[in-house]
Amino acid sequence: MRYSAWNVFKEGLKEQRGWKPAWRSPDPQQSYDVIVIGGGGHGLATAYYLAKSFGITRVAVLEKGWIGGGNSGRNTTAIRSNYYYRASARMYEHSLKLYEGLSKELNYNVMFSQRGMISLAHSLHDLELVNRQMNAMRLNGVDAETLSPAEIGRRVPILDISPAARFPVLGGLIQKRAGTARHDAVVWGYARAADALGVDIIQNCEVTGFQRGPDGAVTGVETSRGRIASRKIGVAVAGHSSRLAEMAGFRLPITSYALQAFVSEPLKPVLDTVILSPATGVYMSQSDKGGLVIGGGLDLYPSYAQRGNMPVMSNVLGAVAAQYPSLGRVRLLRHWAGIVDVVPDSSPIIGASPVPGLFLDCAWGTGGFKAIPVGGTMLAHQLATLNPHPLAKPFSLDRFTTGALIDEAAGSGIAH
Amino acid sequence: MLQISCPWCGPRDELEFRCGGQSHIIRPDPPEAIDDVSWGKYLSEKINPRGEHLERWQHNAGCRRWFNVARDTVTHRIRATYHMTEAAPAFSADGVAP
Repeated sequence: MRYSAWNVFKEGLKEQRGWKPAWRSPDPQQSYDVIVIGGGGHGLATAYYLAKSFGITRVAVLEKGWIGGGNSGRNTTAIRSNYYYRASARMYEHSLKLYEGLSKELNYNVMFSQRGMISLAHSLHDLELVNRQMNAMRLNGVDAETLSPAEIGRRVPILDISPAARFPVLGGLIQKRAGTARHDAVVWGYARAADALGVDIIQNCEVTGFQRGPDGAVTGVETSRGRIASRKIGVAVAGHSSRLAEMAGFRLPITSYALQAFVSEPLKPVLDTVILSPATGVYMSQSDKGGLVIGGGLDLYPSYAQRGNMPVMSNVLGAVAAQYPSLGRVRLLRHWAGIVDVVPDSSPIIGASPVPGLFLDCAWGTGGFKAIPVGGTMLAHQLATLNPHPLAKPFSLDRFTTGALIDEAAGSGIAH
Repeated sequence: MLQISCPWCGPRDELEFRCGGQSHIIRPDPPEAIDDVSWGKYLSEKINPRGEHLERWQHNAGCRRWFNVARDTVTHRIRATYHMTEAAPAFSADGVAP
């Protein structure tokens, strides 16, 4: 059933009893044209675009837990395209544009709120980088403006911009089209739309191995719910990409780290933008429920534990208390960590793997949520045509052999 | 908070240390005879296991020396710390270093 104000009204007259589950829970078939491993945002978006753009509907999405239960449910929901290099800017800007039309496209309100994102400058060097970043973004066709300390003070009154502040504010960069979206809604919206086009979403189905033909190409997967055959398999499993690669017999330039995030108790509205301090790596926004959503840097040793360590937690929260003094006594409601796959140049790996028939959408590191629509678009294009999507060409795995790295670690002004 | 036992300084909080990633990586030799694929693998490929990981750490707020740690990436339990040039200690029957 289409979601609309009229249908909500009509169902209201019938005590809301007519709604159906938003997607089916089918048993796996014996074979599919395409299998997508990973029922997060990227995997479900891939399935959706395979069905919608290429008419390939014999598609299974295999998820070891429940959809959206991994990093899709563990991120801080920020969406932006303030990257430095042309290849990244084009790709993330494409994603942002898809987000701008996503609620309508999926007939599902993903609550995309373009509240802007401000990156602060705390020193003259930061200020130079802000100007450099603004120019780079504008040259790449992405909106960017610089802000004075007074403008930042007006926009974010809880931020300490006094000259005596521990982190004095000398200026900032704003991307006004950046913002946040409801992460569960993005996952559920893609799931519902893919299901409606005939995609099988199979939950509680863990992939335990790959089947290979005599030529080495994949012919299917072994799962906790039996064997499923397919000659085209996409892998979109975020922090666990190395484990899938190990099952298929190759290695990736990936190290898995834990990235922590925090949500405070609900507060009255105090912050109407996303704000990032590169000096402390801390960024923050306020959810519609009133909770402050806070993120920081990585826990800097390899980890598959979906929980964070104390030193990073105290750094992040100490920085919040120093920069936003009025929040010093706010209590946390929840705290968690997701496992992110980090590569030396902090850019994703999209496209062919060393195993024929097996394709990758991984290494998004700390920034996969904002890339869900474009990640799905690129992996679907690769699976359908066996050629890389034009936006994905610079992000192939062989850049670690050719040396054509896209080093966004510093360029995007984010902490990795 | 992890407690890491520096082979020179003894047990200290993890705050004093910095992780340098996978250990026991052997540089292919001689460099001029190595093709691009092998060199790229040497520079970037990681084992990245879910379980025990042999890694290099530096006691950067202490003696500043490097050493090896055998650590589980899920539980973060440290089985052993050992010198840079040593091989990883074998598991004993109870799963701890001899």
